[in-house]
Amino acid sequence: MTPAVRFQKVSRHFGAVRAVDGVDLEIAPGEFFAMLGPSGSGKTTCLRLIAGFEQPTAGHIEIFGETAEGVPPYRRNVNTVFQDYALFPHLNILDNVAYGLMVKGVGKMDRAKAAEQALELVKLPGYGARKPGQLSGGQRQRVALARALVNKPRVLLLDEPLGALDLKLREQMQEELKGLQRALGITFVFVTHDQGEALSMADRVAVFNDGGIVQEGTPQDIYNRPKTRFVADFVGSSNVIAPDLMTALGGEKRWASLRPEAIRLTGDGVESRVENASFLGAATRLTVAARGTRLHVMLPAGVAVPEVGADVRLSWQPVDVHYMDDAA
Amino acid sequence: MTAIALTHEETATSILPGRGGFFGRLSDMFWRRPKLLLFLMLTPPLLWLGIIYIGSLLALLLQSFFSIDDFSGLVNYEFTLATYAQLLSPTNFDIIVRTVLMAALVTLASAVVAFPIAYYAARYARGKWKALFYLGVMLPLWSSYLVKIYAWKLILAKEGILTWFFAKLHLAWLLDGVLALPIIGGNSLSVSYIGTFLVFVYVWLPYMILPTQAALERVQGNLIEASSDLGATPGQTFRTVLFPLALPGIVAGSIFTFSLTLGDYIIPQIIGSSRLFIGQAVYAQQGTAGNVPLAAAFSVVPIVIMAVYLWLAKKQGAFDAL
Repeated sequence: MTPAVRFQKVSRHFGAVRAVDGVDLEIAPGEFFAMLGPSGSGKTTCLRLIAGFEQPTAGHIEIFGETAEGVPPYRRNVNTVFQDYALFPHLNILDNVAYGLMVKGVGKMDRAKAAEQALELVKLPGYGARKPGQLSGGQRQRVALARALVNKPRVLLLDEPLGALDLKLREQMQEELKGLQRALGITFVFVTHDQGEALSMADRVAVFNDGGIVQEGTPQDIYNRPKTRFVADFVGSSNVIAPDLMTALGGEKRWASLRPEAIRLTGDGVESRVENASFLGAATRLTVAARGTRLHVMLPAGVAVPEVGADVRLSWQPVDVHYMDDAA
Repeated sequence: MTAIALTHEETATSILPGRGGFFGRLSDMFWRRPKLLLFLMLTPPLLWLGIIYIGSLLALLLQSFFSIDDFSGLVNYEFTLATYAQLLSPTNFDIIVRTVLMAALVTLASAVVAFPIAYYAARYARGKWKALFYLGVMLPLWSSYLVKIYAWKLILAKEGILTWFFAKLHLAWLLDGVLALPIIGGNSLSVSYIGTFLVFVYVWLPYMILPTQAALERVQGNLIEASSDLGATPGQTFRTVLFPLALPGIVAGSIFTFSLTLGDYIIPQIIGSSRLFIGQAVYAQQGTAGNVPLAAAFSVVPIVIMAVYLWLAKKQGAFDAL
């Protein structure tokens, strides 16, 4: 099957800065694909390369098997939901949504009908006459989504679309986006620095660092089996344990990760002292000092929480220890 | 630890003592009564604007409703519309049409020339290039208006550098051809309408560039990307996104170029055919002719035209993107 998006050794350099460096990537049709990484890791540049706002310095990009380099954005059947929505302030909501059809020469009646349908899809029916300035952030986000979807793109690009929303709205939008993607079957490529968002929504995740992909896989893969210390640090709130400490704890002399929820406060395990406790609602996160290292421990609700300064003993199952490549 | 140094001393008070002195008490008073400060700040400029500026304008308008006695040459202080009727006489009406046409063409040309410059400055120029842009646009405003106009008279003269330049390029025939055109041509550029037009555009151009640049500066770059992303060619992006969003700035600039051209009486006097513009008519009527009512009526014309122009611009939605 032809991949929806294929990168072959793609680089984008800005002078001496290697924003994207030799990236190989395949995104399957109909997939919900997340690009996850800290700011400056190259994920947004990759998205802009797909949209056509950037041209690769080297390498080859295909969209559904067709060469994309040298093709301007307005000739790509790909649409973007921008980070700050980029709605046209001088047009009302209906004209904003119908814009893509208008520039392609669709008649006034047809495009108004299509735009109204798209607004219904994002649960904003009847908002057409308003101006973007009269809408809340969440509503503007939906308009941006409708404006992109009305063009029936083969790939929908989303650049940190939920970043500006508050927590509750963000969770709601995550579910709606996932539902929309399932219903429409369009390939979604989603850029985010929020690991929770990437893990909860995506079919597959690529973790970016320093202009390259560090690990690619299902959310479960990435979370449970981080390849490198960077992934373990960035994706989970995993404890990263140095080789020396691992031998002291009776493991192999290699870098390892250990998820906070895998640690128990029982038995005659490693001695440690509680330094801090944060109540998170469904759980309590402890910071403990053990043999000169700080570890996080996640206690589910219902388990007795020790006081700050108390001595506790830590234990875990050997299978929960995941060894990683030595490379950072 | 450093945190210790930041903890409170036992003797600390939670309310600090007043600063004292005249200015200290003044600050406290203004803080308590912010409207008083606003009143004190706004009164002098409002008095100036209200009495000296608007007041004299109204006095001028009043004059336009009087008429002049043809025999004695004295002003007849009786309310009449006869002076306005005089504006419609063929000679006077020609002056109005000529001035409005010139102002419209100057405005159009300024907008066309200013847009690319403003676009470059708003979108691409950074750091020292931006400083250079401001310097380049403002520098002509630092030298005297008269000096610039006389300089242009020399440039455009028959023996001037422009004629010489055209001759060197073996394009003298082109210049002669343009000057041979009826109405807008003439003996040389400096005595033709083309010359007047060129100098008007030169002198008022900065007033068009700066507001256009300010408007373009406010257009977020990602709107251009969004438009392109949605399938608009660069031409469509210009027509449907960039131009509508820059329009308030262009209209603001056109208010300057249009009204300044309508009222100017020096440029057409020094450069161009000897036919009158509104400004010159006002100057002549209130001076040598001593017909202050007709001069006042003439000066009402640009005000009315500007009011109509702004009303039309508002109706066309030129200020919607503000």
